[in-house]
Amino acid sequence: MEAVDGNAIGGLLHEVFSAEMTSAATVCGNCGDARPVAELVVYLRAPGTVVRCRTCDSVLMVFVTVHDRMCVDLQGLAVLG
Amino acid sequence: MSPVSRGFHRRRQDPAQTAGRVPPGQYVTKDFPVLSAGPTPHTALDRWSFSVGRGGQQKTWSWAEFRALPSEDVTVDIHCVTKWSKLDTVWQGVSVDTLLDLAGHDGPFAMAHCDGGYTTNVPVADLTGGKAWVAYAYDGQPLEPEHGGPARLLVPHLYFWKSAKWVRSLELRDTNDPGFWENYGYHIYGDPWREQRYAGD
Amino acid sequence: MAGTALRRRLTWQVAKVSAVTTETASVRTLTLDVPDWPGHQAGQHLDIRLTDEDGYVAERSYSIASAPGEPVAITVERLEDGEVSPYLTDELRTGDDLELRGPIGGYFIWEPEDGGPLLLLAGGSGVVPLRSILRLRERTGSTVPVRLLYSSRTLDDVIYRAELDQPARGVEVIHTLTRHQPPGWAGYARRADGVLLAEVAWPASEMPLAYACGPTSFVETVSQALVQSGYPPERVKTERFGATGGT
Repeated sequence: MEAVDGNAIGGLLHEVFSAEMTSAATVCGNCGDARPVAELVVYLRAPGTVVRCRTCDSVLMVFVTVHDRMCVDLQGLAVLG
Repeated sequence: MSPVSRGFHRRRQDPAQTAGRVPPGQYVTKDFPVLSAGPTPHTALDRWSFSVGRGGQQKTWSWAEFRALPSEDVTVDIHCVTKWSKLDTVWQGVSVDTLLDLAGHDGPFAMAHCDGGYTTNVPVADLTGGKAWVAYAYDGQPLEPEHGGPARLLVPHLYFWKSAKWVRSLELRDTNDPGFWENYGYHIYGDPWREQRYAGD
Repeated sequence: MAGTALRRRLTWQVAKVSAVTTETASVRTLTLDVPDWPGHQAGQHLDIRLTDEDGYVAERSYSIASAPGEPVAITVERLEDGEVSPYLTDELRTGDDLELRGPIGGYFIWEPEDGGPLLLLAGGSGVVPLRSILRLRERTGSTVPVRLLYSSRTLDDVIYRAELDQPARGVEVIHTLTRHQPPGWAGYARRADGVLLAEVAWPASEMPLAYACGPTSFVETVSQALVQSGYPPERVKTERFGATGGT
């Protein structure tokens, strides 16, 4: 399944952060690549939503819906917002 | 529950044909959905290898050596944690029993390592006794990259995230450390018949 | 107004389909009556949620085809093996309910004060949000020069064809038909590449704003070509649909 980009998780991120986040700045914790959320690489068809760095493929964010709760992992990011 | 969308239904197989074979909460599909957490790796066969062991004690096979091992044709049902099940899938691969015997190593736990960095953990008891394979063919054809080719782990009695795509090694460990999805909230074991989807289920 | 829209809560609500318009053999525009619609910006999208009788849920995102101030509309392409798109194009009728949330997005948007010249790059159904931008430009009387490069398989696949055949003043539409061209076709007949882009794009020295939308491979090709030709990356906005549109 080909990847999409951070625009596709605009709704999800708005739900999590109560704010529009696709234009938010990010910095990859692994390689330092900097770009808006909208330009990150997003894999939607998985047991969770996985967001990766466009330069080094490192995992930046993972969203898993556990029963009725959304679990959010942002450890791969050095900067968000 | 959200309002029902008039006339909308997912694709599903006739329930009468599948009675008793579908774990709770699953629906049967005729498709073979491709789910991925990252880009599809493409490893050339002349650079591919598969290893079993721990630390510096690994038994490693090249592609040619691996394909020369005794293999089996198996027909199994598979169950994805995203709720689709596919019945009577046909695979060809090397039994993990064979690999562990040849490697001369033992459990209690194994971590599968894959091209692209994916990992998943499985108790060795769930990889032996004819319950698991490293599969390189699906439906009579070489396994396609999007489905895990050149080879993937096949552990059909557990949720399919445990059947790691692009597998390159089974690392034997003394502790049941969580792999990729297990780290993000999925169940450490993943028995579809007890509906063990998430940690704590 | 924009600031308020960015800070509000985003909740699911039930809209009614007020019209279904056929754009091409596989494409429909759904006009929606949304009770609590806060207004939207050109380029934004909304999320759709379908639920079946067993509680199975499918969600997808679709770009808003209409300009701010017009009734909310989305344009959907039926994908052959799609789970959701065939339902939206073939089953949904006027009067049906449709659960949605939106508008969503703050990156892939254009407002007249952003200026130009504008370079809009559409791959297939990627034309949808760009059409919203074009309609906003016209509604506000903006005179920003626009070039739209629109890649389609055949002429019959061109969405909003009548509208694009009569573009507003200052808008130039350049088609490329990648699979089949009508007899006598004098336009481009191949997938967009660096050479084609160089012939069509505003020179980087004019400080254009580019918006590229469509399948991931299309967006990658055109955006990389623009950056290589000197466009600052922050002036090339991208929206990738994946291999097969919105599904």
